[in-house]
Parts: sequence; structure tokens; C-alpha cells
Amino acid sequence: MSVTDTQLMTINIGPQHPSTHGVLRLIVQLDAEKVVSCTPDIGYLHRAIGKIAEGLHYEQFLPYTDRLDYLASFINNLGWAMAAEKLYGIDPPRRAEYLRVLLSELARIESHLIWLGTHLLDLGAITPLFYCFREKELIRDLFEEICGARMTHAFCRIGGVRDDVTPAFLPKVREFAAAFPKAIREYEALITNNPIFRARTRGVGVISAATAIDYGLSGPSLRGSGVGWDLRKAEPYAAYGELDFDVPVGERGDVYDRYLVRMEEMRQSLRLVVQAAENLPAGPVLADAPQFLRPSKAEFHRNMQAMIRYFHITIHGACPPPGEVYAAVEGSKGEVGYYVVSDGGPKPVRVQLRGPSFVNLAALEEMARGQYLADLVAIIGSIDIVLGEVDR
Amino acid sequence: MIPAQKDIGALLTGDLAARLPGAVRRLAHSRGECYLHVETARLVETARFLKEELPWQFAFLANLSPVDWLSRVPRFEVVYHLRSLVFNYRLGLKVDVPDESLSLPSLTGVWRAADWLEREAYDLFGIRFAGHPDLRRIMLPDDWEGHPYRRDYPLAGRAGE
Repeated sequence: MSVTDTQLMTINIGPQHPSTHGVLRLIVQLDAEKVVSCTPDIGYLHRAIGKIAEGLHYEQFLPYTDRLDYLASFINNLGWAMAAEKLYGIDPPRRAEYLRVLLSELARIESHLIWLGTHLLDLGAITPLFYCFREKELIRDLFEEICGARMTHAFCRIGGVRDDVTPAFLPKVREFAAAFPKAIREYEALITNNPIFRARTRGVGVISAATAIDYGLSGPSLRGSGVGWDLRKAEPYAAYGELDFDVPVGERGDVYDRYLVRMEEMRQSLRLVVQAAENLPAGPVLADAPQFLRPSKAEFHRNMQAMIRYFHITIHGACPPPGEVYAAVEGSKGEVGYYVVSDGGPKPVRVQLRGPSFVNLAALEEMARGQYLADLVAIIGSIDIVLGEVDR
Repeated sequence: MIPAQKDIGALLTGDLAARLPGAVRRLAHSRGECYLHVETARLVETARFLKEELPWQFAFLANLSPVDWLSRVPRFEVVYHLRSLVFNYRLGLKVDVPDESLSLPSLTGVWRAADWLEREAYDLFGIRFAGHPDLRRIMLPDDWEGHPYRRDYPLAGRAGE
């Protein structure tokens, strides 16, 4: 062996490592400091959620979807509710559609805030985490106000949402919306033009638009490469078609552009929150579909027939006609999809969950090859994965 | 004039009948979604056609989902959900899995997204994908026995007991 020969070194990162954002293991082959290959080993959180779904009624499965991407659980609930509504043939009332937009966008901001704080922490900047968690708590307070839970709220329902807003909710949303732009300016002042951050992220983890599409990347990870694809625009669900917002895209497809996209998305989400709160239509928040949905508690106590129906649907479930649907929503990480097959029974025959984190993580090796080991940490952060959704 | 999503099923069937005769078995609609059932032996060329040919360009493989029908013959089918980002079309591509081999040709050469999705289907359903570069389990440990998403997999205890 001559002195110029190099030997590759294999190192193991995780499954318990702060930079992997959960139980993710990476087997990395290094040529000195450069990554030759990077093989993710996943499944440490596998709970077979799709299999669990086959043993439950459609409405019973909804709380399980909270545990996929638990940082933006409302959006997961919404995807499942939309899949079931499509099977049942239910249209949610307009007030529910607006509330769904409002809560989805709050969840998106929360998810992006946690991404921002932890991503910067990975890169050695501790301060942004405290700033981000400050506002994240405000959003959790809003969720607590409307449904009583701060995480895994299971607030969405097949046919609408669980409850109407509390009297204090909309004033609190307005208060948050008035204060949040200043907070974004603070993050940007700390980070966007920070020379260390730019040096760590510019030109790192580049993925071209064509390669990103080939890997099935979605969400900000795809838009950072300049592809203006967003399900809220492409197939407007809930009330997105009636509201005004822009889809930010990057140019170079590197870690920095993915950062810029998410920062701008928070602003756009805030726009949507404000519009949904100001234009909230009057009316019920749950569809009237007595064949498939339980009556309200008030009706339950008033009406014998309603009580019978209530127990019937609780015990036997509601059967949609046979068929199959694929419903997808734009999650904070990308396309959250549910493929559901019904044979006409009260439980689905098959549920396939498309977790955007799982699909996006598959492109990690492509982004990391040839980069420095230290940059691998930046790249993982820039894909923004949640292991609960990767492993399902 | 760009055709609407609701018309693409019929247009695609016509297009495929002319370009790849015999590849399409049938066309079905479910809740407004379009599902194209193709011959297993023609899967790869059909997939490549759908991805590359104008005016379709289904460049985005969103999802891959096996379905276990247990008592039906053939027992398994696999559904690929495709998107055309240019024209905003959605399509479900369906294929039967032959009972004898439980194997399908891999689509990793068409969409790179198929890599992990096929590994997941192999891990959880035991469907093999011929030509996959690295067909290993992805969720479960390598020494796991059985494929837990199959509908005859026991919900309690261990497989085979």
C-alpha cells in the first residue's frame, strides 16, 4: 500500500444522537472528512400504524394519526378525515373548512418553529431555540384554548371539527397574529445574514429540481429546489381555494434555500391564519350526515332516536360504500397521503400512510454524498424529518 | 386545450392502446379517482411511458401500496399513485402480483422514489421486486420472521405458533 492510498472509514451515528432528531441511525462511510455513502437505518419507532387502522372503525383511527408527525398533528388528522369523508361522501360545512385552514396553518408554523430551533441548534447556535420555543408555546396555548390539549389534540373530525371556537379563541389568535411578525423579524435578524450560518449552509446538500422530483421529495424540501408544487394550490382542499397566499420557492436547492422557503412559509401561513379568522363563516362545524356521523350530545339527551343512533355508530361503526381513495394534504414536511380501501364494512381493508418524512429521508444519501461529515448534520436538519412519521 | 382530470382515464387508455397494445387490462374509477389496471408483464414499459411521454409526464411517484385480498386470486395487488406536476394529474396504476412468484418487476429504474417504497412493501407484505438494487427489510430487523401487514399474520403471539 502506498502512502497515497486512502482507506475508507465506516462510522455509526445514532440511533441515539441529538442531531438525528429521534431514533435514526446512520451508517456513514468516510474518505477522510468526506461522505462516500450514508445509509439510514430506520424502523426503531415502527408501530405498524397502517395495520392498527385495519382493526379500528374509521373514526377510532383518527387519534392515531396524531402520532405520525406529532409536531403538526392537526394536518395528519385532516388528511385522514378527508379520506374518510371522500369514502362516505360527506361535505364538511364551510365554517369547519375555515377552522381547518386556521388550525392547519397554526400547526405548520409550530412545526417550522421547532424545525428552526433544532436545526440551528444542530449547527451550534443555541439562542434561536429559545426564541422559537417562546412562540411555539403561544401556538400550543391557542390549541389548548380551542380543544384542551397542547399536543396530539385529535380535534379534527370526520365531517368537520370537534367543537366550535371558544369565546376567547379568536381574540387570542388576533393577539398572536399581531405579535408574530416581530418574532419572525427577530429570527431573521439573528440568522439569515449570519456569516457562520451562511457558510455552513450555502451550497451544502444541493439537490436539483429533476432529482428531487425523481425521489418524490415534497414540501419545503422540494420547493427549495425551485419547484413550485404545493397541494394547497394544486388541488385546493378545505378553504384554501378561497384564500390568498403565495408559495415561496428557492433557486439553488441547498440547505440555505430550504431555510429561506420555510421562513417565508411561516409568513404565508400567518396570512392564512388571519384571513381564516377574519372571514370565518357562521354555521355548524360538523356535517349533518345522520347515516355516518353521531348526533351531538345535546341531541342525544333530547331524542330517543338520536340516542339509539349514537350507540349504534359507536358500537358498530359507520360503513362507507366499497371503494378506494387516496387523499392527500400539504403537511409541514410535504405530502401527507392516505390510501384507504373499503369493502363496505365499518373498518378499512387497507390503509397505506404516505409519510413525507419517510420519502424525503430516502434522498438523504443523494444530498450528502461528497459533502463533509459536519455538513451531514446540516443536511439532516434541512430535510426536517419526524421519526414518528418515518417509521409509522 | 389541456384535458381535465376527469377525462384522463379514457384518454390514457386510448393512448396506451395505440402505443402499447394489450398493456391495459381495465380502467376503473373510484370516488372520482382514476385507476388503471395493467398487465404485470408490461408494468415497466407502461410506467416508463407514463413518466416520459407527453402529455402525461407522471414524474412524481407519490405512493406505493400493496393490498392483501386474502381470499381472492390473485391475493395481492400493488397500487402506485402517480402525479404529473406539469399538468396536475393524478393516476392510480394497479398491477396484480402473481401468486406463484409473489414478485413484481422493480420500478427503481423509472422512479428513484420506488427504492424505499418497494423495500417497505417487501418488508411488510413479502412481495419481491425483481431488479431492485438493495431489497432488504427497512422497518423490521433483518432476522424478523414473517410479514406483519399480511392479513393472516397473527395480531398476538408470534408468527407460526
